[in-house]
Amino acid sequence: MFFGRTLRTAALATAVATLASTAALAQKKYDTGASDTEIKIGNIMPYSGPASAYGIIGKTEEAYFKMINDKGGINGRKISFVTYDDGYSPPKAVEQVRKLVESDEVLAVFNPLGTPSNTAIQKYLNAKKIPQLFVATGATKWNDPKNFPWTIGWQPSYQSEAQIYAKWLMKEKPDAKVAILYQNDDFGKDYLKGTKDGLGAKGSSMIIMEESYEVSEPSIDGHIVKIKAANPDVLLIYATPKFAAQTIKKTAELSWKPLQILTNVSISVGSVMKPAGFENAQGVLSAAYAKDSTDPQWANDPGMKKWNEFVDKYMPGADKSDTSMVYGYGAASTLAKVLEMSGDDLTRANIMKQAASLKDFVPDTMLPGVKLNTGATDFAPIAQLQMQRFKGERWELFGEIISGDVPSE
Amino acid sequence: MSAVEEVAEGHQAVEAVPKRAMTLGTGTSLVVLAALLIAPVFVKNFIIFQMTMLLIYGLAVLALNILTGGSGQFSLGQSAFYAVGAYTTAVLMEHFNVNYALTLPVAGVVCFGFGFLFGQPALRLSGVYLALATFALATAMPQLLKLNFLEHWTGGVQGLVVTKPDAPFGLSMSQDMWLYYFTLVVTLAIYIFSVNLLRSRSGRAFMAIRDNEIAASSMGVNVALYKTLAFGVSAAITGIAGSLGAIAVQFVAPDSYTITLAISLFLGMVVGGVGWLPGSFVGAAFIIFVPNMAESISKGLSGAVFGVLLFLVIYLVPHGARQIAIFGQQLAGKLRKN
Repeated sequence: MFFGRTLRTAALATAVATLASTAALAQKKYDTGASDTEIKIGNIMPYSGPASAYGIIGKTEEAYFKMINDKGGINGRKISFVTYDDGYSPPKAVEQVRKLVESDEVLAVFNPLGTPSNTAIQKYLNAKKIPQLFVATGATKWNDPKNFPWTIGWQPSYQSEAQIYAKWLMKEKPDAKVAILYQNDDFGKDYLKGTKDGLGAKGSSMIIMEESYEVSEPSIDGHIVKIKAANPDVLLIYATPKFAAQTIKKTAELSWKPLQILTNVSISVGSVMKPAGFENAQGVLSAAYAKDSTDPQWANDPGMKKWNEFVDKYMPGADKSDTSMVYGYGAASTLAKVLEMSGDDLTRANIMKQAASLKDFVPDTMLPGVKLNTGATDFAPIAQLQMQRFKGERWELFGEIISGDVPSE
Repeated sequence: MSAVEEVAEGHQAVEAVPKRAMTLGTGTSLVVLAALLIAPVFVKNFIIFQMTMLLIYGLAVLALNILTGGSGQFSLGQSAFYAVGAYTTAVLMEHFNVNYALTLPVAGVVCFGFGFLFGQPALRLSGVYLALATFALATAMPQLLKLNFLEHWTGGVQGLVVTKPDAPFGLSMSQDMWLYYFTLVVTLAIYIFSVNLLRSRSGRAFMAIRDNEIAASSMGVNVALYKTLAFGVSAAITGIAGSLGAIAVQFVAPDSYTITLAISLFLGMVVGGVGWLPGSFVGAAFIIFVPNMAESISKGLSGAVFGVLLFLVIYLVPHGARQIAIFGQQLAGKLRKN
């Protein structure tokens, strides 16, 4: 009898213990790369090669997580940020991402840069069910939750930005003769497609010229002369910073004054407008979603004050006019937000779920009114932009915040 | 020696390597082969993937070695042949549903034709001029792949995603491991073919041309034919390497095949030892692993660190891995005597 009672007590105790441990498990759930003390995040960046100028994004993110760790981490866990160089080469990107996943065993891959590199790793990461979070490219294809539920974008897509310009043109200058200068790669072609989609049926009559250049060309002066000969009154400049600066300068040299609209990629005051010459850049239009670090109107802005403090403390000596540092800060804070929302359930599935449940999140560096929103069918966090005009030595925002959502394909 | 004489003998830029010194001994070969066969069982999939890439780049370097070490012609355009091979495989697999193994010979044949044809105008050039002409080919290739009328096939700037094959016959091994063994078999076949090629009549003709073109032609070697043939064979092997690369990486895009790749392959050949076939794989290991090492030393200065390491290798062992191998052989010989 006595023995029986002991057995019963033991069974009860076991049951209680099991219950308790299940409860504990429900509180804390981890996948590879997460633990009570650490969350491991992987990243690839072109620190070398043709796109090495963007390497500063990775360095900013590294510094940002150092700041987070100094403040005690996220929900008590330190972020371990592992970043490798892919040299903007897709085969190298595959090798480095596999190293991150299989050797370093990261929880998620965050903000890998470049459309070719991301395309190369997308299938692998989705097959392994590893989040490919907030990719650093503006291609439209990242917003495809149905086919690639483990990949999510971040910045506004090139196509949605181009559609905003098209909408603006249709409203303000419906009779414009438009010439488009674009870079002959995925970046330029996405803009071209967005513009045509935005103009719709009117496109064929409005667009009088499409001129492309190769990124390897030393100068695009010849293209500008050719475009001028066709005499358009609106010039859309879908070019990377170096070429954008050359275009603005050359049109002024030819004393030609079309209305110029410039891609958001090349709006840096320090690296585009200044080299192009402020007097040449007056009246150029563009659109933005983030604040410009060189713009004095944000001098007393609380968000940019935080950014300035961060740069001064964690990246001393860095060139503050580099827009990549604003970009990296914004992207890193979005990841920090998602990890915070994930709480103690640090499984890959939950990270992805939280990344797709952002509601009106506003990083410090966003323009007033731009909010990050995602949902189960919306994997494009930033979809809002505001038009701006270059005046004096800075951009002046005008009009409303415009949403340019492109439906997922 | 006066400068004029130097120019006159300029075609001697590639050191003459006797054909017996081009390969490894039988014993050593078997040990290496056994290691390559067993290793994947003990390592992670990621390491297997890196070993696969090593074999693939090794093949591409080997192809260049046949061209430069064998027939004495320079090429900085190997990335173009590599790209053609990769795209042939990707297009056949994704648009025509051809089995991946069958795309390899097709890529080989296409690249052989491409290389043979390119060899024709290249005949008029030698030394640095030939290097420049092939350099132009490598620079042009990524842009050619972006052309509008090819975009339907090549996917333009977006590239093509390739499906990775599963192990056949219900073998229970991972895709990576299967692909590794598949690559190993192809590599082995090509390696044996290359060794035999260089020991054959054609191989002797290549080397005769390398050592002295005029003497070779006076001996009855058809210089034009053998020079273009060397280009063709080299391009074919590079193309097959490109095909395997496309399958392993599962993606082809113009940005994958820039001039940087061609220079890496050239570098691999020099580090491995010009004209020493096994060195090709040592060279491939150098171009895969040393940049990673450089990065772990300093992220910001990885390029500079890589440069320093490369400089050290060239300065300390100018003949690359071959020199180390010969040194090792001599050492072993001495030990045996004692």
